[in-house]
Amino acid sequence: MAVAEKQPVTGAGPFNGLLTWVDQRFPLVQLWREHLAEYYAPKNFNFWYYFGSLALLVLVLQIVTGILLTMHYKPDAAQAFASVEYIMRDVPGGWLIRYMHSTGASAFFIVVYLHMFRGLMYGSYRKPRELIWIFGMLIYLSLMAEAFFGYLLPWGQMSYWGAQVIVNLFDAIPLIGPDLALWIRGDYVVSDATLNRFFSFHVIAIPLVLLGLVAAHIMALHEVGSNNPDGVEIKKNLDPKTGHPVDGIPFHPYYTVKDTLGAVVFLIVFCVIMFFMPEFGGYFLEYNNYIPADPLKTPPHIAPVWYFTPYYSILRATTENFMWVLAAGLIAYSAMVIAAVKINAVRIAVVVIAALLLVGFFTLDPKVWGVVLMGAAVLIFFGLPWLDQSPVRSIRYKGWLVKGALALFVVAFFILGYLGTQTVTEGRTLMAQVCTLIYFVFFLLMPWYTRMDKTRPEPARVTWQGAH
Amino acid sequence: MTHFRKLLVALLAAPALAIAAGEDVTLDRAPINEHDLISLQRGAQVFVNYCLNCHGAGYMRYNRLEELGLTTQQIRDNLIFTGAKVGDLMKIAMDAKDAKEWFGTPPPDLSVIARARASPAGSGADWLYTYLRGFYRDPTRHTGWNNTVYREVGMPHVLWQLQGEQVLKTEERALPGGRKEKAQKLALEKPGTMTPLEYDKLVADLVNFLVYMGEPAKRSRIELGIYVLIFLGVMWVLAYLLKKEYWKDVH
Amino acid sequence: MADKELDWGKRRFLVAATSVAGGIATGAVAVPFVASMLPSERAKAAGAPVEADFTNLAPGEMTRVEWQGKPVWIVRRTREMLDSVKQNDDKVADPNSKRKPEWTPPYARNEYRSIKPEYLVVVGICTHLGCSPVDKFKPQPEPFETDWKGGFYCPCHGSLFDLAGRVYKNKPAPDNLIVPPHKYLSDAQILIGEGAKGA
Repeated sequence: MAVAEKQPVTGAGPFNGLLTWVDQRFPLVQLWREHLAEYYAPKNFNFWYYFGSLALLVLVLQIVTGILLTMHYKPDAAQAFASVEYIMRDVPGGWLIRYMHSTGASAFFIVVYLHMFRGLMYGSYRKPRELIWIFGMLIYLSLMAEAFFGYLLPWGQMSYWGAQVIVNLFDAIPLIGPDLALWIRGDYVVSDATLNRFFSFHVIAIPLVLLGLVAAHIMALHEVGSNNPDGVEIKKNLDPKTGHPVDGIPFHPYYTVKDTLGAVVFLIVFCVIMFFMPEFGGYFLEYNNYIPADPLKTPPHIAPVWYFTPYYSILRATTENFMWVLAAGLIAYSAMVIAAVKINAVRIAVVVIAALLLVGFFTLDPKVWGVVLMGAAVLIFFGLPWLDQSPVRSIRYKGWLVKGALALFVVAFFILGYLGTQTVTEGRTLMAQVCTLIYFVFFLLMPWYTRMDKTRPEPARVTWQGAH
Repeated sequence: MTHFRKLLVALLAAPALAIAAGEDVTLDRAPINEHDLISLQRGAQVFVNYCLNCHGAGYMRYNRLEELGLTTQQIRDNLIFTGAKVGDLMKIAMDAKDAKEWFGTPPPDLSVIARARASPAGSGADWLYTYLRGFYRDPTRHTGWNNTVYREVGMPHVLWQLQGEQVLKTEERALPGGRKEKAQKLALEKPGTMTPLEYDKLVADLVNFLVYMGEPAKRSRIELGIYVLIFLGVMWVLAYLLKKEYWKDVH
Repeated sequence: MADKELDWGKRRFLVAATSVAGGIATGAVAVPFVASMLPSERAKAAGAPVEADFTNLAPGEMTRVEWQGKPVWIVRRTREMLDSVKQNDDKVADPNSKRKPEWTPPYARNEYRSIKPEYLVVVGICTHLGCSPVDKFKPQPEPFETDWKGGFYCPCHGSLFDLAGRVYKNKPAPDNLIVPPHKYLSDAQILIGEGAKGA
């Protein structure tokens, strides 16, 4: 019988017997080894490598606090706003749980954005980690959906009008748009029906998807192994005696203790915000959201929560005049692609697509294209593994061209984010348009500039200043 | 590396930047002290006397005012004028439909008004403090009142007998360089039963109470936060030493 | 690996110390989490003492008042009903309410389990599994008890209580009905939820 073939568990003191019993019926030891004790991670992880485990920590925090909030919250247009204040005042410890959840939402995005930027810097999406990146992007998309649905629940003015505006984006889709928007809302305006279904998505549907994707993300990571700041494959240098990578160290205990330290530092920052400035100057909890939703009165200045503002800026930047710039860009880009590819079928396809887009640019409303650009701005991240053609992975060995492009992109992203929180003026729109162009050029020209870039050769081993 | 850290700092500093680029309404700073129980008690008294007839505070319970150093009996005797029980919410009986007819829009619930009125121009307290001192006579309005902070406000000046009647005067002011600027200024035309100083203090107390009511848990939040941070500080030391100890192995 | 440099004692200490600190942190976070499921201020306000006026209650009748979401029965007992309580002493399991003294406040710890013999005030929840018994005040042979002198019958599991809320022997319910803390404000007015002072 297979049951008897496994080695008994050792090293757990009085629990050896119990764990052996479990292990003979469940791959306990195998899981422990593969994912912690014998998962070899590069030893040169730096500051940027904390954010993966931190994202997991915030996810757990959001789920636990979310479960508790669900016990008191009422997804009913007549009661939702009051039930949040009920949580803040009448429920024992309710204010703490609510602030944890609201601060956690913003913290989640901060952590995820830094985690993504890490991938961008060190080429963590490059072969063979394309799927990790794709799962990660899907997590990011789910997270955006989760945040969007959750933001309606307090039923304040910002919740209401934010949902109204975002749902109306779907309205822009030709032909099916209006019906689709109606279907999403379940009413002619955002209403009780909308609130109730958003609640359902927020507390069960999206979290389930999120958990599945996180599992897939980690499984894919542990299949191919972690990248590192040098971008060199540690599996290429195995210790002939042990068969483990010479530059690798077991995740447990080395990275468990390191990530514990990271978690404590993160919690310090988190608690400073949560306890002393939970509104974070109106960025984490918007002031207008303390006014109950009023379908008859739009607040004078509405802005999405900060983590959506870069995309919101791109949406607003797409005006009639900007369509000419887009058209010129499309023609130039098509010409570049046609010159670069050798296959005639591809060339023809590019011409046809470009022609269709050009016709679309000037027949459909700019509103449609704003929505398209906004969507494209998120989706284009999926293409990174194939857009990046650099011979090296990590920014450390890339030349000034790629470094400059990345820096420019980050600056553009920040400016777009800032502009999204502000009201529109002519100057700001122009700035948003310039930044939108930079944003897309960063991705679209990547196959060219990463090839032209003067890179330095990658080292054979990871750089490790602790080597003595 | 350091470049990226700088970038991170820039990200964290962005909110400050956004606040600097606020609107051009100038708000007076509300001289309130959230730890002054006497001021809060007086504010509560003013609130139930002058505000609670038209505005509710439907998320706040009377008995929570015990936090302000009042006993249940004091709350019952001095602050409850309706048949409400001491554990009840501070609701009002006014019908929303009537209210709409009288004021154009139903008077908002004031439980979280101090949080809702915050803006880049100033805290909610500042807004309320300026607003409650900014009423002036305006015969064109059906209430006879207008406000410098909240133009065309539907609410009449409830505290007018205390403050008196103000009017808005336009003054010409000489600017350096020979240019002239028109400035609008409030002037007290008919004094009320209170001196301007007394009135300002009364409004400050009321605002203090409104701020407290916006987030009654604030005091416990800050108190708890300090303990949590001290604990996390200790934990940081332990985690740091632990990490250092283990990482001695890594060569 | 330079094992000779390792100070295993220090390492074990740090692991233990950090684990303990982490345990404390987790425990401390669990406190508000668990507490949030306790009755809220709203529930407490709803559970505040309630006044009950029974000026118009006819002898032999019962009225129900809601206190903390539970039914409180006020029965105005006739002379015959009070006599039946006396006769029931052998049939009930705990005639003097000694099993759970805290369920019968001192001022009601007497033969009729009430402050004034005429008025019985009890929480109308069966001490078995929380159903609300029905009143069967008429003394007559009943399917559940041939020598029935009037009282309460729980339809869920057949527990019987007499007209002082005392449970019959050999029934699923273990204890007498709870007498809530209460006091008289006037002759026919009580406050439920707050006991007499000094009691």
